[in-house]
Amino acid sequence: MMRYLWLVPVMPLLGFLVLAFFGRNLRKSIITLIGTGTVGLSALLVILIGIEFLTSPPAGNAFTLKLWTWMSSGGLSPSIAFYLDGLSLAFIFVVTFVGFLIHVYSSEYMRDDEGFARFLAFMNLFVSAMLILVLADNLALMYLGWEGVGLCSFLLIGFWYKESANAAAARKAFIVTRVGDTAMALGLFLLITEFNTLDIRSILETAPAHWTPGSAKVVWIAFLLLGGAVGKSAQLPLQTWLPDAMAGPSPVSALIHAATMVTAGVYLIARNHVVFELAPIAMKTVAIVGASTLLIAGFAAVVQYDIKRVLAYSTISQIGYMFLALGVGAWSAGIFHFMIHAFFKALLFLGAGAVIHALHHEQNIFKMGGLRKEMPVIFWTFLAGSGALAALPLVTAGFYSKDAILWYSWSSEKGSLFLWAAAFLGAFITSIYTFRMVFITFWGKMKTHIHLRPGRAMLIPLVVLAVLSIIGGFLETPHNLGHITLFSGMLSGVLPEVHILHSGAESTELILQVLTALTGFFGIYLAWHFWMKKPGFLFRLKQTRAGAALHHWWLTGWGFDWVYDLLIIRPFTWLSNINKNDIVDYISIAPSNLVVWLHNLTRRSQNGNLRWYAAGIALGLIITLTIALFL
Amino acid sequence: MMEQIPVEQSLLLAALLFGIGLVGVLIRKNMILMMMSVEIMLNAAGMAFIIAGSRWAQPDGQVMFIFILTMAAAEVAVGLALILKLFHLQKSIDADEMTQMNDITEASESN
Amino acid sequence: MIIINLIGILMLGGTAAWIGSRFHPHAARSISLVSVSLAFLLILGYLANNLSTIGVTSPGAWLEEVRFSWIPAFGISVHFAMDGLSLVMILLTLFLGVLSVLVSWKEITDRKGFYYFNLLWILAGIIGVFTALDLFLFYFFWEIMLIPMYFLIGIWGHEKRVYAAYKFFIYTQASGLLMFLAILSLYFIHGRNTGIYSFDYTDLLGTQFDPKTGLLLMGGFLMAFSVKLPVVPLHNWLPDAHTQAPTAGSLILAGLLLKTGAYGIIRFAIPLFPQAAHTFAPAGMILGAIGIIYGAKLAFSQTDLKRLVAYTSVSHMGFVMLGVFAFNQLAYQGVVMQMVTHGISTGALFILVGFMYERAHTRDINSFGGLWATVPKLASMMLIFALASLGLPGLGNFIAEFLVLSGSFQANMIITAIASIGLVLGTVYSLRIFQRVFQGPKNKEWNFSDLSWREVIIIGSLVMVILWLGLYPQPVMDAVKPVITAVLGNL
Repeated sequence: MMRYLWLVPVMPLLGFLVLAFFGRNLRKSIITLIGTGTVGLSALLVILIGIEFLTSPPAGNAFTLKLWTWMSSGGLSPSIAFYLDGLSLAFIFVVTFVGFLIHVYSSEYMRDDEGFARFLAFMNLFVSAMLILVLADNLALMYLGWEGVGLCSFLLIGFWYKESANAAAARKAFIVTRVGDTAMALGLFLLITEFNTLDIRSILETAPAHWTPGSAKVVWIAFLLLGGAVGKSAQLPLQTWLPDAMAGPSPVSALIHAATMVTAGVYLIARNHVVFELAPIAMKTVAIVGASTLLIAGFAAVVQYDIKRVLAYSTISQIGYMFLALGVGAWSAGIFHFMIHAFFKALLFLGAGAVIHALHHEQNIFKMGGLRKEMPVIFWTFLAGSGALAALPLVTAGFYSKDAILWYSWSSEKGSLFLWAAAFLGAFITSIYTFRMVFITFWGKMKTHIHLRPGRAMLIPLVVLAVLSIIGGFLETPHNLGHITLFSGMLSGVLPEVHILHSGAESTELILQVLTALTGFFGIYLAWHFWMKKPGFLFRLKQTRAGAALHHWWLTGWGFDWVYDLLIIRPFTWLSNINKNDIVDYISIAPSNLVVWLHNLTRRSQNGNLRWYAAGIALGLIITLTIALFL
Repeated sequence: MMEQIPVEQSLLLAALLFGIGLVGVLIRKNMILMMMSVEIMLNAAGMAFIIAGSRWAQPDGQVMFIFILTMAAAEVAVGLALILKLFHLQKSIDADEMTQMNDITEASESN
Repeated sequence: MIIINLIGILMLGGTAAWIGSRFHPHAARSISLVSVSLAFLLILGYLANNLSTIGVTSPGAWLEEVRFSWIPAFGISVHFAMDGLSLVMILLTLFLGVLSVLVSWKEITDRKGFYYFNLLWILAGIIGVFTALDLFLFYFFWEIMLIPMYFLIGIWGHEKRVYAAYKFFIYTQASGLLMFLAILSLYFIHGRNTGIYSFDYTDLLGTQFDPKTGLLLMGGFLMAFSVKLPVVPLHNWLPDAHTQAPTAGSLILAGLLLKTGAYGIIRFAIPLFPQAAHTFAPAGMILGAIGIIYGAKLAFSQTDLKRLVAYTSVSHMGFVMLGVFAFNQLAYQGVVMQMVTHGISTGALFILVGFMYERAHTRDINSFGGLWATVPKLASMMLIFALASLGLPGLGNFIAEFLVLSGSFQANMIITAIASIGLVLGTVYSLRIFQRVFQGPKNKEWNFSDLSWREVIIIGSLVMVILWLGLYPQPVMDAVKPVITAVLGNL
């Protein structure tokens, strides 16, 4: 089966090509079939390959499929080659499977849009690029996928391109991530300079012998790769594009801006974990970036009105958790949270999309309300997703994945009390903003009339994802709760084990778990209290000056956009406007002006008078003779 | 044997002739007279050649004079024809009236 | 012999087109299409026959060489030779040549005969430049491609064509004269050193100078090539010439004429003056980085679509300058790739802008908007080439930029890091092209027709090539490898 690994990214690519060339002339049912079918086939193939991989692992627990040499020059020869191991298997499973569900959902959600074929074509292209990203055998090919997903993100955010705001959001997403990508590219150049190869395995194998831990080069490389990761994964300080990216259709937010693409940074760091482990300061930075991002985004999420922006900030925050996990060396915990997050966040976005669809493109949660009775399936699935996001203990998958991160952020040798405290506070805020959203949307009075109800193609993916958000956690449970290690077992050959500092602290672990669980419930209570029971208090708070300022500050995502606008965008546009005509052009304008000036100066002498000219000649003759004779 | 005229004196004569011609060109307005003055200048130059030729006892000076003579003839032929044509067009042979080719009245064509 | 045949076919074809246009109004374009296609087929045939030897020739060997004496008294001979680099450039020339005839098909209605005569003679001149090994002959062809181009811009250009043509001519001619001066000095210095007075490249290689003279002479060559390339601050002829030229003129200017500058540096400026080149290298790389960033910034400011694309060329050619003075295999491979892929992608952008101009009769970017649904084919083609120009992996330009930057990074990290800001700025202006024209609200109800079959064939072939170069650039890289090894070996 593994020989057919190349078909996994190629199937959606074929779907893209067919839809791109013939999409306009096909019937909608055929378009649906091609668009979702290719991804479905890919998912099926991944499951078959996965079963074979897990039951009869190939030599070295990894499988490489080389298609052709991409470019070969001066010893550097990256190939078009795919590499399958536990890590990439986890990613391609999520990408194809969740991707397939979202495609099914979109086949109904986007059906009446005039650009239906274009939408599915771009979605297929995205899936293909994402698969190339995670399957890449070398960093150059990974960069291809990396940029490819960025492109699709651009195209899909700006899918409704007639609105300038959507186009601007798309542009912002592309350019901001491109800043990170450029850092990553520089990291690749440095790697080439050091190893003359971009092959991931050979880098990882030779790196420990090549560098002493903490040497300047490896720290630079780690930081530059981190630059790429924070761009793509919307972490500090490049997180500003993701909330705006919600301009795209909801399935896009679910697939690209929640489940898959934004976690590419996590994948990049995990893939190059050896490099990061050799650069302790970079590891520490990863953890700090994760911790601060999860807090900042969490606070911003509390005040958002737009349901998709709440979820967007929550995504930033949850990826912050993944970064935190990676930063403290809890590699597999980070990847596990990626998978669970993909399930529940895709679910939440799809649920939100269904609500938005039903309420005729209303995205403001304060104009929703009372949907619990009207849309029960949506409500229950959304509740399952929200529970997982808020990490309700024992019954949701989010609990298991997030608990592991909290535990390791304290107990790992790279962890600390501060990191744990940040994660703990983040968990508390998460439960507040999650249930604020749930309460406002589904309880209370109905404020907007339901316009149309979702059909089967939209509900089935929701239900499947809801089930996964509940039971997905049982793949990996803590020591004191069954100690199942199916997921980390799959990754054990790829990613190193976390080094526990506080060993044998079983009781501490239990205390922390209980503490987290309690704060989660407390957060839900607070959400109920402030937004349902006594909304007046917050309203009054917003009337005060400080309250309003804080509200505005959080609403605009801590003012990062404002700072970037002031520091980068305005100077750049100012400079372009003032120098539109290219100041260097004076190199050619100046001599020509000089000639014109001289011409104007001497033209008086050209008066057309023959005798005047003759006198000039005579004068010249006399002067020449004088000079010749006397000098 | 005839007495040799000093080179200096004959060259002075040539220079004088040249000067007369030059002044004639500069002060006359009548184009025919201006052309006559030009002829004087040409002859002055030719004379200088002959003087130099005789001083160095070389034939080149006389060769050059014949050359100048031929050229002068051609020049007069063309020049007179042009003046005739101009007279037909302008009803005048006053050089000061023929200033149409100046660059004062037209606006600058820069940029 | 193939080189002489190619040049001969183009020159004769051009002359025949001029004469033919007197008998039938459409004769000129048919005759030129036939002769350019014939030349293209000829070189393709040559390629097919010699596929096995290209890329495995020993460094410095020629695939094809012709030589006979022309003015023996001064040591001037007709000496053409072709190696992998020339071959690649000739293929590009004739490929774009065929397209340039096709894009002129309907655009040109005035003085067709003379137009096609100029077009074909430019192509002949370019092939001459890419193959001439006698410096006198090289200069001769350098001029041959200049004068018809001057007519092309000056007669068939847009509203400010005369100004643009003058500017182009003066810049190129003045810098060309400096090169001619350097050629003459080189000739005399070599003659005095060895007693052999010859303009032949192979003889002149390895001439010894004192460092100052070497730098001065290389400066002369570099001046001509930098103007052509162009290098900031010598780029100002380019936006005007590109903007005002007819579509085929812009295509040839961007696609081919700029490459003669890059080719000149690799073939002449560096091998003839290796020591001086080393001295100049840091300055060259800095100029390259400045060009990348400054060109990108100016591209972003423009409102005239053609001018915008013209400035992107300035930015892209900065990569050539950066890579050429990095002196390593990676960077040189990247430079050659950049020459080819920039020819394709920017040529395509000019063609697309030309198509838009034919429909809208304006090039003002602000008058468009929201046209995606109106002209989906045109829009997707524009998207592909905008993406190529921002360096999206999978398209050829990425390979070029990636190799240039990774090579120059090894030579100088800081300059390269600064230059890579160009990747971000490239995104900014490329997206601006696409979004302003095809996204956002409609500014005006344009009544456009989408691409016709002729146009689809033109652009489609360019898309195929740029994809091929992006996914499997190895053949090109193999073909130029011996050349690069030879150039770097002499340093």
